[in-house]
Amino acid sequence: MSPTQRQRLLVVVILTVGIGIAATLTLLAFQKNLLYFVTPTQITSGELPQQRKFRVGGLVVEGTVQREGVKVQFDLTDTANSVTVVYSGILPDLFREGQGIVANGQLTESGVFEASEVLAKHDENYMPPEVSEALETAKNMRDKFKGHPK
Amino acid sequence: MRLFRFFHRFASPREFFRIAGSMIPWLAATTLLLLLIGLYLGLFVAPPDYQQGESYRIMFIHVPSAWMSLFVYMVMAGAAAIGLIWRIKLAHVIAISSAPIGASFTFLALVTGSLWGKPMWGAWWVWDARLTSELILLFLYLGVMALYAAFEERRTAQRAAGILAIVGVINVPIIHYSVMWWNTLHQGPTVTKFDAPSIHFSMLAPLLIMSVAFTVFYVVVLLMRARWEVLDQEQRSNWVNDYLEQLSS
Amino acid sequence: MSEFFHMGGYAFYVWTSYGIAFAILLINVVVPIVRRQRLLRDLRRMKSRKTP
Repeated sequence: MSPTQRQRLLVVVILTVGIGIAATLTLLAFQKNLLYFVTPTQITSGELPQQRKFRVGGLVVEGTVQREGVKVQFDLTDTANSVTVVYSGILPDLFREGQGIVANGQLTESGVFEASEVLAKHDENYMPPEVSEALETAKNMRDKFKGHPK
Repeated sequence: MRLFRFFHRFASPREFFRIAGSMIPWLAATTLLLLLIGLYLGLFVAPPDYQQGESYRIMFIHVPSAWMSLFVYMVMAGAAAIGLIWRIKLAHVIAISSAPIGASFTFLALVTGSLWGKPMWGAWWVWDARLTSELILLFLYLGVMALYAAFEERRTAQRAAGILAIVGVINVPIIHYSVMWWNTLHQGPTVTKFDAPSIHFSMLAPLLIMSVAFTVFYVVVLLMRARWEVLDQEQRSNWVNDYLEQLSS
Repeated sequence: MSEFFHMGGYAFYVWTSYGIAFAILLINVVVPIVRRQRLLRDLRRMKSRKTP
């Protein structure tokens, strides 16, 4: 490698590293705004303002979904804390108990989250229905033997 | 040493034109074969998904395009760096010929993602970190193409476009890790995560075959584009003259 | 067969995706072929002008 080539290499490396550091600092500064949704724990700890729109994400707690016409109410959990969500409108096809969802709306004074939009968040697992059922059965068996049925 | 000599010869425009020309038919046939196998396995053999039913079949287009959008960008930035440092003409040709191909893979990833998001998530588009950073990638590709076209003088154009390509490479890790660093609506990685891929083999096989097919397709269309770019740039040299005479006789 | 095209109710989304993918791959093949045709035509024209 000739000296001029080495010099050009150095310029390219410095350029890339410099931009990398600048990008990292920018991303760290906007860390909070880059979150697409917050968790129920952040709501119950009172971190978030009322009467302002934001998104909350979590799992739909099994057995809490109550439907009344187009109105639906359910609890959303991040396994530590949960918040009650009310929504009226069309739910995505993937909405079901135990499903991860993201709700957009605002917190009322009573601590209930009034959603104007509900999106489903699916996981990164892909398998045929039979395999899913087999896994479910195996899990139930394991739970039974451990002595704490679901 | 022999490998080095091969690349050295390959980097000469004349040899590149000849060798690439003889490789294209074989690679094109490979692409076609892989695409047919991948589509057959993906559309006919793979079972429906336990959650998403038949809609997940969009994955066999969406995921390979998204991977290619990142892979092509890294090739483009790498070639641009080689072109800038060692002043190799062919490297610049590879970089600038990659840009429109990468842009079309990025566009395809965004459109198929939208068509998958509407029925599954319930929205065509959301401004989460993954989707937004992928959209920035499309603008980077278009920016490289626009910058190259903006300069009259070719060498200046190559350098300007090359620098933008290198600077933009910072977006590649951001796209990849966005789903882990921030809460996003987009789910985490399936195949490239550290533990075993959480996808059934009957679905993984067509996904990987389609990805290889897309990669070979990229090589084919890149070589096609680069050959005519090389011929255009070298039009005053003797070998191009000989080639034209050979064509017309 | 009609069940295959129905895609469990997601026909529009699935087939539009595959259709657009096919169109974009095709465009990527056609563009260099058109470029080749134009370039060779222009180069021949320039040559015939130089050598009358």
